[in-house]
Order: sequence, then C-alpha cells, then structure tokens
Amino acid sequence: MPIPIRRAKRIWSLMKKESRQIVRDPSSMMMAFVLPMILLGLFTYGVSLDLRAISIGVVVERMSAEAESLVAAFRSSGYFRVQLAEDRRGLEPLLVSGQVQAVVVIPADFAERALSRQASPVQVLVRAAEANTGELVLNYIEGTLRHWQQNQAIQEGISPRLPGVRFEPRIWYNPEADYLAAMLPGSIAVIMTLIGAMLTSLVVAREWERGTMEALLSMGLSRGELFLGKFFPYFLLGMLAMELISVVGVVFLGVPFRGSWWLLHLVTAVYLGYALGLGLVVSSVTRSQFVATQAALIIGFLPSFLLSGLVFEIQSMPAAIRMLTTIFPPRYFVTALRTLFLAGDVWEVVLPNTAILLLFAGVLLGWAIRATRTSLA
Amino acid sequence: MSNRTAMTVEEVTKRFRSDRPPALVGVSAVIRYGQITGLVGPDGAGKTTLLRLMAGLLPPDQGRILLEGRDVRDPAVRQELGYMPQKFGLYEELTVLENLHLYADLRGLSGRPRQATIGRLLEFSGLGPFGDRLAGRLSGGMKQKLGLACALLGNPKVLLLDEPTVGVDPVSRRGLWQMVEGLAAEGLAVVWATAYLDEAERCAEVLALQEGQLLFAGPPGELTGRMAGKTFLVSVPGDRRRALAAQLLQRPEVADATVQGNRIRVVLREAMDEGPATSREVGEGPAVWEDQSVAPTPPRFEDALILLLGGSAKERASGAFSFFPQRIAQVDYEGPWAVEAAGLTKKFGSFTAVDRVSFHVSRGEIFGLLGPNGAGKSTTFKMLCGLLPPTAGKAQVAGVDIRRAAAKARNAMGYMAQKFSLYGNLSVRQNLEFFGGVYGLRRRKLKEMAAHMAEEFQLGPFMETNAEELPLGFQQRLAMACALMHQPPVLFLDEPTSGVDPLTRREFWMRIHALAQRGSTVIVTTHFMDEAEYCDRLALMHQGRIIAEGAPDQIKASAATPSRPAPSLEDAFVELLEREAKELVEPAAR
Repeated sequence: MPIPIRRAKRIWSLMKKESRQIVRDPSSMMMAFVLPMILLGLFTYGVSLDLRAISIGVVVERMSAEAESLVAAFRSSGYFRVQLAEDRRGLEPLLVSGQVQAVVVIPADFAERALSRQASPVQVLVRAAEANTGELVLNYIEGTLRHWQQNQAIQEGISPRLPGVRFEPRIWYNPEADYLAAMLPGSIAVIMTLIGAMLTSLVVAREWERGTMEALLSMGLSRGELFLGKFFPYFLLGMLAMELISVVGVVFLGVPFRGSWWLLHLVTAVYLGYALGLGLVVSSVTRSQFVATQAALIIGFLPSFLLSGLVFEIQSMPAAIRMLTTIFPPRYFVTALRTLFLAGDVWEVVLPNTAILLLFAGVLLGWAIRATRTSLA
Repeated sequence: MSNRTAMTVEEVTKRFRSDRPPALVGVSAVIRYGQITGLVGPDGAGKTTLLRLMAGLLPPDQGRILLEGRDVRDPAVRQELGYMPQKFGLYEELTVLENLHLYADLRGLSGRPRQATIGRLLEFSGLGPFGDRLAGRLSGGMKQKLGLACALLGNPKVLLLDEPTVGVDPVSRRGLWQMVEGLAAEGLAVVWATAYLDEAERCAEVLALQEGQLLFAGPPGELTGRMAGKTFLVSVPGDRRRALAAQLLQRPEVADATVQGNRIRVVLREAMDEGPATSREVGEGPAVWEDQSVAPTPPRFEDALILLLGGSAKERASGAFSFFPQRIAQVDYEGPWAVEAAGLTKKFGSFTAVDRVSFHVSRGEIFGLLGPNGAGKSTTFKMLCGLLPPTAGKAQVAGVDIRRAAAKARNAMGYMAQKFSLYGNLSVRQNLEFFGGVYGLRRRKLKEMAAHMAEEFQLGPFMETNAEELPLGFQQRLAMACALMHQPPVLFLDEPTSGVDPLTRREFWMRIHALAQRGSTVIVTTHFMDEAEYCDRLALMHQGRIIAEGAPDQIKASAATPSRPAPSLEDAFVELLEREAKELVEPAAR
C-alpha cells in the first residue's frame, strides 16, 4: 500500500475511535450540546440585567388625588409591583429582608405642596445590598417620578418645571436592548473554549494516564497522524455545537442574525483552531487530567467569560485590565460574533478581528504540533 | 541448541535526570525466538525502562537495540514489535471488536489477512462471545487477554509484556501464561517482565536487573543450580515459627528465612553439605531450638534471586514495634475473637456479591482471604471495616458490633487500602500526623507516635519528602505506618503488596510477623501464594462464598490428588476452584 494512503487510513481510524469515545462519553455530549442549551435557557429566562416587576413599597401618609395619581403612575409603569402602606414602619422589615427593593414615602403634605408648586419632597429608600440593582431601581423610580411630574404639568396647562430638553434614546443594532441577543455570541465563545481547550486537554491527558498513548506510540505513529486524529473530531464537535446554539437562538428565540452564515463558520473555525491548539498544548505538556483541567480553565475558560466582554463591558474596565483583554483571543471572537449577529458583515470590524484570531490560531496550532510527542522521552 | 537471535541489546545506558543515578547502565542482552525471556528485579531496577527502550518508545543515551540488525528507533521496525504496557492500553469506551479493529487499522492490516487474524485472536483469547462488550466492562483477566490480543495484531516478531499479571488471580494468571507459552512455541520471541518469581522460573532465560545493572542473564536453572546445599526446611512445633524465623535471619550465614506453612524455609549464603549436621550448624543458639528438625529441600528460583540480590534485610527482623504495648490485644477488648463474621451477606440489586460468609479470627492470628478477582474479598473486607453496610449478617471487630458502634469498632482497627491511599502532595510527616489526628491522637502523643513510626519504618530521611515522590516500597511502608498510628489491635490489609518486588515484600511481612507477635491480629488479602503461606489460616472465596478454610498445610492436603500428592498452594487453589466449578455444573446437568 502506498504510504500516503496508509497514513490516511490510520488517521481515519484514529478519528473513528475518537468520535466513538465522544459519542459514548456522557460528559463530552453534555459539554457540547446540553450545556449550550442550559446557558441559552439561563440567558433567556433567568439571568437578565433588565429589571421587570420590581417589588417596591409605597407609603401614602395621607391619601389625596395627587398621591393617588402618583401611585397609579408607579403601578402602570410596567416596572413595579406596588405594595401600599400608610406607615413606613410596616414596610421597613420587608426592605430589610429584601422582599421589597425600595420604599417610596409620599408625605402627608404632598398634595398641598404640589398645588402650591413648592418642591414636593418624596423620600426614596433603596436597598443597595446589590449595588447595581439598587442603582437601577433608583433610576427607574426617578424616571417614573419625572414622568409623572411632566404629565401633571401638561394636564394643568403649565410648562414642565424641568428644562425643555427631551432625551430620546435610540439604540442601534439591538433596538430592544435585548439581553439574549447580546449574550448569545458570547455563549458561543464560551462553549467553543470549553470544547476546544477543556475537553481536548482532558482526553489527551486521559490517554497518557490510561496508558493508551504508550500503546499508540509503540506502533510508530507519526506526529501528524496523532495530531490530526485528535484535531478533526473535536473541530467537528465544536462546529456542530456552534450551529446548534445559533439555530436555536435565531429560529426559536428570535435572536437577530444579520451577517452571513459562511462568515460565521469561518470565524468560528479560526477561533476553534486557537482553542484546540491551546487544549492540545496544555495536555501534551502536563500529561495529567487534573493539571490539564486547571490550566485550561485559567488560560482558556476564564478569559472567555470574564475578559471577552461577555459579562463585563470591556469599555468600562480599568485601563490595565483592558490591556489584559487584548492578549486573550476571546474578546476578538466575541466582537466579531456580535457584529455578525447584530450588525451584519461589517468588514471593518470582522476582518481585523479575524486576522488577529488567525494569528493566535497559527501560533497555538504550530506549538501543538511541535508539542505532540512521538516517544516517551 | 539455542534458538535464533531476534533482538540484541548492546551496551545500553539510559539516564533520566542528571542528579539521579542512571536507570540503566551498560546493559547487554540477547532475546531469542521461540522462547519466553523473563525480566525480573526489584521495583525501580529498570525493567519498564528497558522494555520501553526495546519498544522504541525511548531513545537510549548510549548503545543501541536492534531487531534482526535494524535499530528499533525506526518506526518501520516498531511495526514488527508488539508491546503491551502495564496498563494494557485499551480504550474502555470501545467494545472488544472496536479495540481490535482500531489496532488492526493502525497496524495496516486489511483484507482477508485482517479478518483471519482477528478471528484467530478472538478464538485464542476466548473473547469471541464478548465481541460487543465495552472493554471497560471486562474483568481484569479478560482485559489482559484483550490487551495481549491487541499487541499481537500486527503479527509481531517480538512480544514485549510489562508485568502483565499484576493484580491478577492465580487462575487468570495461568490462563495468560499458557496463551503466551503457546505463542512462543510457534516461534515468537517474548519478553515478560514480572514480579512473580514462579513465572520467571518457567522462562527459558531470565534477565535479572538491580539498580539498572544486569546481574544475571541465562537459564533460571543455571542460577538455581548454584544453590545446591543452601536451602533447608526447618520444622518447628507450635506457634514459635515466626520468632524462630526472625532469629534465624539474624545469623550471618542465613540469607533468607521465611515462614512456609508450618515450617521455615532457610536459604544459606554458603553451601553446607554435612547433611544432617547442618541442623546443628543452623540451629546453634538458644534452647528453643532443641525440638526442631532440619531437612534439605530443592532450591527455587526465588531463593537464588534473593541471594543474588543480597539477601533479606536483617536489621528489622526482631525487636520491632517495641513501643507497642505488649499483648495489646488482651488489654483492649474482651471476648474470644478479634474478628468475627456471621452469615455476612451483601447484595447489589439481584447480584449477591457475598453470600453468608462466616469465620472467626483469634487474637494474634494472621488470617488470609484468597480468591479470584470478583470473588467478593474486597466486599467482605469493606463490610468488616464498616465501609459498606451488610445486607444481612453480623460483623464484630474487637468484640464490638460494627453496625451498632461503628466509631468504636473503627478505632480498634487499622486499614490499609490497595492503592495505599496516601496524600501524594503531603509530606511523610504530614501524612502520619493527619492519619494519627483522624484517630484522635493529639499534641505530644501524636508527635511521639510519628517519631516512633519514622524510626520503625526507617522513614527518617524522608520525613519532609512528599509521599508521591517516594519509591513504591517506601510508600507502602508509609501507608502501613499511617494505619498503625493509633496502635489498633486489629489490622486490615487489602492486597498490600500488589506490584511490589520480592525483597520489599519480605521486609513488609517481617513487620507483619512482628506485629502478630505483639498480639495484633492481621487480616490480609493477596494474590501471592508465598504470602498466603505466611498466614496462620486461610479462607478461599469463590463467587461470594467460602469454599475452603484452614491452615495452609491443611488446604494443600485437602487438594491432594493421586496424580499430584503434594500440591503447592497455588496448585491447591486452582484445584479447589475447579472442583467447585464442576460441582456447580454437574447438578445442573442432571
């Protein structure tokens, strides 16, 4: 048999073996297909930075037409679930225990002051145990108050007390500021990193630990054969997982996709090259499942979560951390993906990011091939 | 008359780290077709390194290894070698057939020869009916056969086996040996590394390594032949044989003294051919010796190897564990038995792993639990130690019911698990203090016991070394020391010597004997039949039940047949299991 054909056959049988192991190992199927669905579910229903139905308490010390209309304004805003009381003492325990996020106190002389056009001091107590949530709740309450004031003024035929500049936000690319649409590209990056770096580093280290690598090496397999036999199955698994997330997100969860599919595949393939390279390097160097996981977690997974712009906005990071994000590939991948999903084939963004990813992939894959061992030395 | 040469090892030296002694020094050897060449030596002697060099997995620093004149570093030459690593090299998620096909692909087998080879190997290994079973679900013995089949797939000229029988019961061990012997008879060259010296004895030639140097190369008979007049059996009545063995070993002319059933096997450094007068020569000394009788006995390869390696360690033979309270057992608990199992049963679903097992162990007794893999030894052990609740039956340790007062019973026992269960990244001292602390030792007492153990087990120089960096023999010592920190009257040892070389095993057993003399009770499982001989009594388990119980000599006697009137313990073991299998089949056939 000519040597190239023999080689191809060997690689093919290594790939077949690897694929069987993937299909039969519940943990790899979990990581590739179940985990993405859990992430999507969480982003869709669970973790959302948009607040809806905030529980607040409203204390009306004395009922009046004005007080009533303000309460109605809170109720109809769509953001609040209002619990009424006549005395703040009744609500304080709820605030302390977190059953309400804020208490709005409408004083007894609210109506008089409002009519006499004096400033009407409405007290707002916000629970800021979670600083971000507290801030948001305060903003929402202020907004509702301002809105009510304007309405009052219009009804009474008086120009609003506030300056006449109206702020009308218009959000581009993600008009509904939909959380899911922003998170989906990031979760693709996370899953690709898990499959590429974590799963791959685990399986190679496992071959060392179980002694199967020793058996393979004793048959004189070449570096290229060993490398390709590992690379392709996990590359395919990664691409399949990406397709699954995208299709479910776009078709069933209504996430927009404005770019082209071939470009999505290309960018993902390049990133997978980097992630697989990383996983193979880590496991060839450590040869132990435990150490390989730790390393892949710190070098691969954490940056894809924390330094990619997925959880924390890169723009609002301290300068030093912002610098740090530039040496980890996930930020370029997430930027490119977000552009493809939300804006379209914006070449000015996609091309440079992909080019940088290509550089990372090239270096890591080259290193991985070099690190692949053909003997036990 | 010697067979054709397959491989030559020429002046091979291999060093892994410049600050450590080399793994192999100037080793030269010849491997021949049509025979099994045994590779023996203590742990760390360089057996695995030599095999890996022969398999072309490592480059030698100096020298070369040739297969029919071609260097094994060439990948094409490697295709003509079959290598089975210590861990078999099987993919557990793949079925038996898928494993075979994978290796066939990688060996470049195709077409009709491939089908023929796989079919032949399936039949030969007896794995035919299990083709679709996942390799991970096979028993230990079957995994080994599959590993062997995979190594044989490319029709190699040389088969390299790295301790293929570690942790395997005598029945499976015999099966594997017969398979390989058959292959050698067909012309294959086989290199077989082993810690079982009875296997080495059956090899055509043996290579004995120590600290990377080749001590001996040649037929085992040649080495055994040097032993004429050096081996004796000493009979001693009563329970004095252990004390006597320890005393004998102290004498300068004695290289080795081990308990073998009711007698002591003595190996002398120099031959003493005065016949019965030897009795006096050996027996000079204390009055205890008067009623002994000494008889010469044919030497075994093991005797020869022990002598070659320098004899057993002497310094630990007597006076050991002097810090243990004398007759600890009688002080600490009441009742006649140290350990008692009554109708002990464990079911996992519909499968009965242990079926109404009953036995008792007296104080100060060494009790051995034998049986093939999967016979229920470990499950019985775990129930006795309170690690697994029995489905039915009662277990008492040191007079305490393990189910009613588990904590109290556990304080009365030490447990040493198969894999030693040490914390690899803690130092020796930290391991000792941790295990002592778990058993309630505090402050001065804890420090004191750790110091005693360090002295007893000669761990002093390693106190600040991490456990995982210790040589295997020292890890085993440390594991035993940890199990003894709280001075338990009962000690459980689950295959404590698996994969450990003969010299280290002897030293280990000397400590066990010393403990028993102090009144501690020891329960042990093992696959080594020479170790079973050290026990006072044995129970042989099969399919969850005890099928034979008694002193080693009684068990041997019960398995005597007209064709084999004086069976070895291993013969007896296999014979009893076969009888049992017949009894199981015959009623069904009727």
